[in-house]
Amino acid sequence: MEPGQDPHKPELPRPTVWPIGFAIGVACLLVGLVVRSWPAVGIGGAIAVVFGFLWVRDLTAGARHEPEAAPAPAEAQPPAAPGEPARFPRSKLLEASTLGLGAVIGGVVTVPPLFVALIPPFLKQSRDEVDLGPVEAYPEGEFVVTTFLERPEHGEVSRRTAFVRYNGLLEGEPSFTIISNRCVHLGCPTQPNGPLFDERQETVKTKNGQQVTLIPSQPAGFGCPCHGGAYDTEGNRTAGPPVRAMDRYEFAIRNGRLLLGDAYSVSQVDGAGANAKIHKYKIADPGNHVDGWEQIFYPIQPQP
Amino acid sequence: MPKSARRQQIEKAALYPLDWLEERSGLIGGVKYFLFRKVPGDTNWFHTLGSATLTAFLVQLITGVILAMYYKPDPDKAYESIQHITNDVTLGWLLRGMHRWGASVFIILMFFHMARVFLFGAYKYPRELNWIVGVLLLITGMFEGFTGYLLPWDQTSYWATVVGININGTAPILGPWISNVLRGGAEIGPETLARFYSIHMLVLPGAIMGLIGLHLYLVIRLGVSSPPWSKEAAGVEWIEDEPEPGPARQGLVQPGPRGTGSA
Repeated sequence: MEPGQDPHKPELPRPTVWPIGFAIGVACLLVGLVVRSWPAVGIGGAIAVVFGFLWVRDLTAGARHEPEAAPAPAEAQPPAAPGEPARFPRSKLLEASTLGLGAVIGGVVTVPPLFVALIPPFLKQSRDEVDLGPVEAYPEGEFVVTTFLERPEHGEVSRRTAFVRYNGLLEGEPSFTIISNRCVHLGCPTQPNGPLFDERQETVKTKNGQQVTLIPSQPAGFGCPCHGGAYDTEGNRTAGPPVRAMDRYEFAIRNGRLLLGDAYSVSQVDGAGANAKIHKYKIADPGNHVDGWEQIFYPIQPQP
Repeated sequence: MPKSARRQQIEKAALYPLDWLEERSGLIGGVKYFLFRKVPGDTNWFHTLGSATLTAFLVQLITGVILAMYYKPDPDKAYESIQHITNDVTLGWLLRGMHRWGASVFIILMFFHMARVFLFGAYKYPRELNWIVGVLLLITGMFEGFTGYLLPWDQTSYWATVVGININGTAPILGPWISNVLRGGAEIGPETLARFYSIHMLVLPGAIMGLIGLHLYLVIRLGVSSPPWSKEAAGVEWIEDEPEPGPARQGLVQPGPRGTGSA
């Protein structure tokens, strides 16, 4: 639309380059203030004043003089085909390059954050062995409800409970059964079905300053309060919705102290005590079958 | 009575900001188009359930923003910060209660709205896409509930989330991977709470706002459907100043003005 055609159209000032110089002057002044350079402040202030004056003069030109004649109309555009606007190879190239560049920029700014959100959960999160106290703290043939911090650096959120039983010696080596208290249905904490001897509760100090709580118990099995899963003293499922036997922990004994290793999953346990045959699998989420035909639903466990 | 010159001058001055805005944005016309669009004459109170759901969402949005000013998504401080909001912050108990109970109101209203649309047959052509958008809103809304439930960081929320994540984990093939992403690792740890907080207050509200925009756009474009007992034959009478529908919109259910419906 040509200027002056529409009486309602507000009169716009002409384009001008003076604000650029004004901005440079102000920037110079501010930088001068920051670095305490008084010459820079002076020069910047002078530039800002001069260009500001020229800018204001330009803006008020319309009020002081009659507006200049409209500039000559731009060169005639090549005539467009009727109906369809004309398309030139250049416009197609511009369209393709805009979309392509946009896609590249979008990918660069979205894919790395996505990786940051999705990859770390699948990396090996190794932890130190957890000291569960001296071997003598665990009487033979009796379960001890052992509560400890699995990762002290994570604080209370890493508090775990295991049911630990000393099975006596097997071929001269101490044998332990260490069952995780997490139900393998959906991960609620199971409880020992039997008396807890609170009056015999012991607190063991470990070398790194942590406290491990030991409460002896005589369970006939373990039960889950959430959905009624039930297990025997070897962790085999006896009733309810769990799909396998309870998870267990590897262990080591060093300098007479019981050390807790990594957790693993168990499909079932044959026999009992030191001579039990444990069908061991890589640790799996609760509710995931590790054996039987249903294991085809969980071909790969993400835990490394 | 002709207006006095002074009165005209005052009116002009008062309306100047609106005219200024309208000339530069067209927003006034757009808002008028949105608020004063024609609806069937026999709409009833059931048609307000969608607006009620939107209001419930806005309540969640505002109370959630203010709760975020006091809440600390840290495993050692989250529970205490909730106690602080409930017991110490002025009217904090009210704010937290509004957010907590409003969450249930939001979900319940969504189901009522869904039932209305289903029973009125309002999901039928040409509004199928809006039904689909509504289902996505229902899913994101439920996921808001799931992620928000963990934030009080008490025993109930902790174990409910353990169970909830492990239910996800039993999905075939992808289940264990989904639960690992939700937990931020193999176990619920310090990362999990911050992760849920971020999803709850940034990812999902953004998705819901976008989906609500699409939902409303489709409502405005397609119009409100008449109830099934309507005497106004849908799609027969066209508003006079409305152009005939193009081929792509043939058969579109468009309300006639009140009283002109052919019986």
